[in-house]
Order: sequence, then structure tokens, then C-alpha cells
Amino acid sequence: MEGLSPKERMKIPRQHIPEQDPEVRKTNFKEVNLGYTEEMAILEAQRCIMCKNPLCIAGCPVAVKIPDFIKMITEGKFREAAAILKEDNALPAVCGRVCPQEDQCEKVCVVGKKIKPVAIGHLERFASDWERENIGIQIPTIKDKSGKKVALVGGGPAALSCAGDLIQMGHDVTVFEALHDIGGVLVYGIPEFRLPKTIVKAEVEGLEQSGVKFEKNYVIGLMETVDELLERFDAIFIGVGAGLPYFLNVPGEHLNGVYSANEFLTRVNLMKAYDFPRYDTPMFDVKGRNVVVFGGGNTAMDAVRTSLRLGAKRGIIAYRRTEAEMPARIEEIQHAKEEGVEFMLLVAPLELIGDEEGWLKSVKLQKMELGEPDASGRRRPVPIEGAIEILPVDVAVVAIGNGSNPIISQTTPDLKVNKWGNIIVDKDTMKTNKRGVFAGGDIVTGGATVILAMGAGRTAAKAIDEYLRDPDSWDRPKAQQEELAETTK
Amino acid sequence: MNKIIEAKFIAPEIKLLKIIAPKIAEKRKPGQFVIVRVHDGGERIPLTIADSDIDLGTITIIVQGVGKSTKHLNMLNAGDYVQDVVGPLGKPSHIEYFGTAVSIGGGVGTAIAYPTAKALKDAGNYVISIIGGRSKEYVILEDEMRKVSDEVYPTTDDGSYGYHGFVTGKLLELIDAGTKIDFILAIGPIPMMSAVANLTKKYNIKTVVSLNPIMVDGTGMCGGCRAIVNDKTVFVCVDGPEFDAHQVNFDILTKRNRMYLLQEQHSLESFMCNYDKMFFSELKEQKEKV
Repeated sequence: MEGLSPKERMKIPRQHIPEQDPEVRKTNFKEVNLGYTEEMAILEAQRCIMCKNPLCIAGCPVAVKIPDFIKMITEGKFREAAAILKEDNALPAVCGRVCPQEDQCEKVCVVGKKIKPVAIGHLERFASDWERENIGIQIPTIKDKSGKKVALVGGGPAALSCAGDLIQMGHDVTVFEALHDIGGVLVYGIPEFRLPKTIVKAEVEGLEQSGVKFEKNYVIGLMETVDELLERFDAIFIGVGAGLPYFLNVPGEHLNGVYSANEFLTRVNLMKAYDFPRYDTPMFDVKGRNVVVFGGGNTAMDAVRTSLRLGAKRGIIAYRRTEAEMPARIEEIQHAKEEGVEFMLLVAPLELIGDEEGWLKSVKLQKMELGEPDASGRRRPVPIEGAIEILPVDVAVVAIGNGSNPIISQTTPDLKVNKWGNIIVDKDTMKTNKRGVFAGGDIVTGGATVILAMGAGRTAAKAIDEYLRDPDSWDRPKAQQEELAETTK
Repeated sequence: MNKIIEAKFIAPEIKLLKIIAPKIAEKRKPGQFVIVRVHDGGERIPLTIADSDIDLGTITIIVQGVGKSTKHLNMLNAGDYVQDVVGPLGKPSHIEYFGTAVSIGGGVGTAIAYPTAKALKDAGNYVISIIGGRSKEYVILEDEMRKVSDEVYPTTDDGSYGYHGFVTGKLLELIDAGTKIDFILAIGPIPMMSAVANLTKKYNIKTVVSLNPIMVDGTGMCGGCRAIVNDKTVFVCVDGPEFDAHQVNFDILTKRNRMYLLQEQHSLESFMCNYDKMFFSELKEQKEKV
């Protein structure tokens, strides 16, 4: 390995991750990607040229020390590779699966400037899977107990990442989750075939073994307010996610057969309705039926691919722009196509049409064309006059995003939110206007990605640690803080 | 896991359950609900909190066994556990001094109307309660209602007890007799709430109903409980469950509640069938022992 020159490394082709055959996988909920073998991982790791000034670390929202862990893989030191990942990422096996690496670390990979970038995501997945499967998830080193207590509101990626850092910093950490399972969108939203629930469970158990406490079925705001929490905790992090689905705002959205993506996916993932009646929660039986999903993001792909696995005859994505504008990861779009998902582009729903008993029968679509570029520079879709199509469907899933959940803001009136209900924070520290209260993830940014929420969780953890060790720092202006840091150096 | 400390049938298929949930008991306000899962793998069942006891740390729910999950819940007894309970969810009832307030409960709806009737009484209202049932045995919580009401009128569809007819018949009788009514709370089956709404709209009496749509998470995340109120989409779990009766689209609510009728029947049949098998195998075992 040491002997390989950068040139030789660049000759190694990017290792393709083995996948389940599309014809087989579209009939099961097992994971699509199968993961590297040890040999493949080492070969792929050797493609990394170990840049003196690596750009990939800055490309990662949680700043994983990418070249370091990859180097360990090249040496066959998988345990050490996993440990390095864990220093910066509380959920590496999750991130190795669902992060949009092509827009982050792999986008800026120096190798990628000439040939295909190093498959950082696949390697991250490999190292953390190897650890879990061979030696069990290892507990990171934990600093001396600080005696300070932190409450994290919400059990999704933002809070879990924040919890992972805070526990290592020596604080006492409790996560409050409204649902009966920990993981937020990782358990109710992202399907089994993309992120097996056993993996989420294992990473959550890892945090639990590190000392993080979890309170499930605990709705902050209703069971206990943020103000009440402040009486028994030294700091609070709010990471409750977006969690209030948007609908289309067209006639007929109340019809039976119309779902938000959240509901459709929650019934299948969290409540396991695909195994009804062994599990009690039912859902619309899509076997042999037509399913249309409105939206072009990862959630839309998750929903449409789930419908095929439930036996739908046709699974259709209806999107108002073109494929180039779809926010979904390229890999997800590719996988969807391989599985037989149909793409209807440049269409917008006008109406959902039902029968007298209130069941969805068809959707009326307006065909669009690309017009002049808008403020963002993207060509805006405009309706083609008179071009209307009726698409017969039995189920319509709306996957066009989420507004902000109102429970925290309604029960914490002095917490500052913007006009969309998103909590306002200082983006360097995730501090809210309320002393001791920090926030991050989708409740701050609106619907985004798992890894961006995790990045916010990390930023908050750093600021929370600073606040807990020096509460006066809350009021100190940033410039003064930096000055202070300089002098103590 | 939450322990059941008391369980008794108070009417055919209607069971009162006291469950240990101290934090919810302390926090809950009239009109709010909990979500119960009977077992791991169970449905999330929304149930209004009928009462609570802070000292004992218990909440009371009153459950009508209709589908698989509620029938399963009603098979549990004191000493048994449910998988989990989460709450209190939803907005509390809006309580103020109106003057004369009529609380109307139809069937198991009386259990939902009870805590709000109590709160209305505590707020100084003159409370008249109309509690309906198919026949005498289905009229529930009469004693409790008497304690928090100035007047109580039981009604039965078959005339076996109290006023012979529907709750709306009794309500109309009160209106015709010149009773000045300032506020009405009506909770029960959708046809009943819809009938009350139609009647009181004519007389322009402020009326509130509590809606019972199909829910999953109960915190606004899934939108499955959406209803149409004042021609707008609302999420009953976070915007309700109580709404102005004159603005609710009951037709859509009825249709949406039928969404899983087939699956629910299927689930119930297979459950009862397995239950019978279980029951008979236990019986056989006992016989064999003898």
C-alpha cells in the first residue's frame, strides 16, 4: 500500500457497491445495497491519494476525519477506522447509507476532479458495519463527568448527533421522543430497503451504552413544557424536525387514498403495515393498483418504491419540473428507474377526483413547459394552456415537504420563530433567543437532509458544552468570545 | 409499559380502565386525549381522557370495543399492562363562563363529554346534561354526570329509560320550553353530532363537537386525521380535537372514517378466531388436567 504512487492509485477503478437485482428487490423490503467485501473496501480505500490539504473534511457537515479513517481501511485496521468515524459522527452506519455524499465530501474529493471520486460513503458504511457485525459497536472515550444535565427534545438525527457529542464531553444527556421508537425520520420515514431499522436500533443502543438516556412516548410541550424542562436541566436542545406535512391545496385532497408521504411511510415503516394483520395498523391495499407520488425528492422516491414493494401495478412519480431539477439523490432516482418506477415530468396536479363514496379515482394534471428563468436562475415551469390529462389512480401520495410542527412554539410563546414557524437561531452556535435553549435541524431550516440536521446537532453540542462550562458566555458577544479564546491560548 | 389498576365493564362492550400514568394525570386538561398501544406491534389508538387522579397517578379511559385493537384492550384486566401511553395530546377544551351550558353525550361519547362538563360547571356555568344510549344499559356515567350537572336527562332510542328518543329530541324539547342555552358541547357518533349541529345552527347556539378521525402519531406529523372545518383542512390532533360544530364537514369525516373498514373487519375476524382457538385450547387443557 505504502508503495502505491498517486498515479497508480488513480488507476484503480471505483468499486461498485453490490446491489440486490432490481427484479428481485422490488418485491422485498430488504436493503438494496449490499455493502463492500473487505477486499473491495481495501481496494477502494487505496484510491484515496491522501491529500496534504484534504477538501473532503470541510465538505462533510459533521467534519469526519475522512483521510484518517480511509487510511486505516487500507491497512486492514477496520476497528480503528470505525473508531475514527465515531469521534465525529454518532451514526456512521446511517450516514454511510443515506448521506448525499455526491453533494458533500465526494463532490470536493480531489480524485474526483480527474476520475470518479473515492466512494467515501460506501467506505464509511463498510467500516461501521464491520465494527457492528464483528466486534459490536464500541463505546467512545468519555470525558470526566461535568455534572451538567442536558435535555434533547426529539429523537431524530439532529438530537442523536448532539447527544453523541455531549455524552463524550462528559455531560448527562436525556433524549425525549414523542413516538414509541427512537430515530425520528430514520425509523418512520426512511424505508427498510434503504436503511434497515436494525441498524438504527444498533446505533441508538450504542448511544445508550455510552450513557445517553432515552424517554420515549414523551411529548415536550404537552407533557412537560420547555420552561419546566429548564427547571431540571442546565441546557436544552430542540430538534423536533419539521413534521407538519404540506398538502397540495387542490380540491379532493381529503379523499380516501390520498396520503401525505409521512403517513404513507409511517404506516409502512414504523407501524409495519406491510405485515398487516400480523401488525395491527392497516393501510390501503395497493396490490394491483396505480399509485402516483407528487414530488421529486428522496421522500417521493421512498414512497413510490415502497408502493411497488407493496404490490402496486404502477408506481408513478409526478413532478412539475424536469429530472434535472429533482432534489432526490441521483442514486435514488436511478434505483427507482431500475425498479420500474414511471416518471411523469412537467405536470402539476389540478384536482384529485373521487367517487361518491369518497374514494380517489383519478387525478387531473396540468402539463407544463419550462419558461423564463426565475430569481434562482432555474427555468420556471409554466402551464401549457389546454394541455390537461386525467390519470387514473387509486392512491396519491403527497411528498412536497413539511411545515414546522407547532407544538413547541405554541407552548413556548417567548421562543422566537419566523413567519413559517421555524425557530430562529444564531447559526454559529444554534442559540435561540431563550437562555439555555438551543435548536437545530429541520425545525430551524425547514425540511433538509439527515446529515445537515446532524451537523446542526454537532454545532449545538459544541456551543452547549461551552455554555455549560461558562454560563456567562451566553451574553458575551462573539467578538469578545473570540478575543477571550485568543488570550487563554 | 403502563399498568392497569382498575378495569370494569360499565355497559355492554364499554369498559372503564384506570391506567398508571402519573405525568399525564398531572398535566391533562379536559378535552385532551392519549394514544395507547395495547402491545408491541399494536395500533396507536387515540382515546379521550375521561378523568384523572393525581394522587394515585392514574388516568381513566372509557373504551368501546369496536375493532380488533379496542376489543383487545377491553380484554385486559386490573394488573395487566398496556405497551405504552402517550399524552396528553390535542388542545384542551375552551372553558369559560357562558351562562347555561348543555353537554350532550351519545353512547361512549358521554365519557368524553364528562370532563368538559365538569370543567364547565367549575367555571360557574349552569350545566344541563343530556346523555343518550340505544337502551338503558348503554346510558353511561349517569351518577358522575349528576355530580357535575344541575340537570341531567338520560335518553334512550327504545324508550327503556328516560326520554324516549334521540338526544336531539330532548334538546329541542328544552329549546321549545324556552330554556335559554348559551353553549352546547356535543360528543358522540358522527350522525348524532351532525344532527345536533344542524339543529343548533337554526337556533344560532354556539356548539362545539369533539372529532374522532383516524390518527397515527397524534402530534401533527402524518396528517392522517385531517378534516375539513370552515372549508379549510385542519389536523384534528394538533388543531383540535374540538371544533365549531357549525363549520365541520361531517360528510367527509364519515367517509374518511370508513377508509379501513374492510381491513378492520379482516383484522377483527382473524383476532377473534385466534382468540377462540386460544380459549378452546385452554379449555381443553383444563379438561385434560381434570
